[in-house]
Amino acid sequence: MPEAYRKTLIRQIAQHAHSEIIGMQPEGNWISRAPSLRRKAILLAKVQDEAGHGLYLYAAAETLGVSRDQLLEQLHTRKQKYSSIFNYPTLTWADVGAIGWLVDGAAITNQVPLTRCSYGPYARAMVRICKEESFHQRQGFEALLTLTRGTPAQKAMAQDALDRWWYPSLAMFGPPDTGEQVSGGHTEQSMRWGIKRFSNDELRQRFVDMTVPQSEVLGLTIPDPDLRWNAERGHYDFTPPDYDELFRVIKGDGPCNAQRLAHRVAAHTDGAWVREAAAAYAAKRRAETEAA
Amino acid sequence: MTTPRVAYALALGDDALVLAQRLGEWVARAPELEEDVALANIALDLLGQARTLLRYAGDLEGAGRDEDALAYWRDDRDFRNALLVELPNGDFAVTMARQLVFAAYQYELYDRLRASSDDTLAAVAGKAVKEVHYHRDHATQWVLRLGDGTDESRRRMVAGLATVWPYADELFQPDDATAALVADGVAVDPPTLREPWTSYVEGVLAEAGLELPEAAAPRSGGRRGLHTEHLGFLLAEMQHLHRSHPGATW
Repeated sequence: MPEAYRKTLIRQIAQHAHSEIIGMQPEGNWISRAPSLRRKAILLAKVQDEAGHGLYLYAAAETLGVSRDQLLEQLHTRKQKYSSIFNYPTLTWADVGAIGWLVDGAAITNQVPLTRCSYGPYARAMVRICKEESFHQRQGFEALLTLTRGTPAQKAMAQDALDRWWYPSLAMFGPPDTGEQVSGGHTEQSMRWGIKRFSNDELRQRFVDMTVPQSEVLGLTIPDPDLRWNAERGHYDFTPPDYDELFRVIKGDGPCNAQRLAHRVAAHTDGAWVREAAAAYAAKRRAETEAA
Repeated sequence: MTTPRVAYALALGDDALVLAQRLGEWVARAPELEEDVALANIALDLLGQARTLLRYAGDLEGAGRDEDALAYWRDDRDFRNALLVELPNGDFAVTMARQLVFAAYQYELYDRLRASSDDTLAAVAGKAVKEVHYHRDHATQWVLRLGDGTDESRRRMVAGLATVWPYADELFQPDDATAALVADGVAVDPPTLREPWTSYVEGVLAEAGLELPEAAAPRSGGRRGLHTEHLGFLLAEMQHLHRSHPGATW
């Protein structure tokens, strides 16, 4: 396997795995406060799925000769990144629905093509992940639909969540395909290697085209006065996200970057004695078996 | 009206609900990813038990209260859970000590409750006993690893057991609601669970090379609505959003 191909895959799979486990935080933020026991069960199951996705993806990366410990070390020392979307705070219950609908919706748009990417272990992990993400997206939509059909306060909560999550969700597809910001990106090479199959702007357009009719069913207003159907193109025209903000958040200056990383590092550090104990216990049992 | 059967279903349901709420606090904080999955999974099992039991209590009561009315609109003095499950999580050793004590109790309880003359309770127990068997095994494996791992893990495991030990006794105390149901074969008499529970837990501690914690004055009161200070905060967090929008559907 060419070294550059291997490195690119490790970077991408690790970033994806890190996004799953950091993404547990903004959603986990509402487990204790979920407004019904049914929603609490759905959310617990969802966050558990995210941990499971992290596990498959770290396992997929291990097939390329890198351990989970090494990858976590890279995350904890900021040498590898995770999706910038999780650096935004979940301020109300409706944010949990908005993450399911928009963030998981954008993730699926990005990830479905990966089920046919050139590296088998990654492609196969993505098959299961996409099935679960698709379920999460419907659950998020259904949670928001319940709010928009509820009291005025619930409907306002849903609209406020859409207002805050719309542009960060559009930014999840990365920088635009053209213009000065494209230089230094990985798109062209990754497309040649069959890791990436569609460009950022193609995927962003696909997401907008899918999501606008869903917002109409919800009765919510997408916060873009220039959003309109373009019959000539057969697509919606829309205002792009603020890419300067995207780059600021990627570089570490988003609302929750420091909080998310500190939480992750604290969980890892606080748990070190537990992992050490498990390793010591396993070593004792191995020694006993060998002695016997 | 709160009959003994309603009170019994609430006690079992509240145990499961409050512990699910505590275990949910571990999510995204666990020592490794596998434990995030495991603790969330155990919390989900307990939450499922709680929902069925609270729904049943509400149906029996006949006052139109559903699972959410019972979970979100009762104050701490009306919760009937044992004190053990409301204790703060502490470190991973405290949580695993509590899991061992509680899962070993719940296993013996549900194993016998399968034969209840109450068809609903028997059905709940039939499903839950399989789940709790895994919970008990999970806690057992960790108590062994921590007890026989490193010096630090052993020290923490000893401290964790000492923290939860005074709260174990309450699980085996008879209470008024249960006493009225035992004769009809509806409920399991708590004192009958003490011997098999002790035998299991002592076996695990012996294998881990851990001493039984020293006897301490037993703490109880939960079944009568006399809780620790911790429960009020747990409920405040759990209930505030639901209560902020009375009558709303989620």
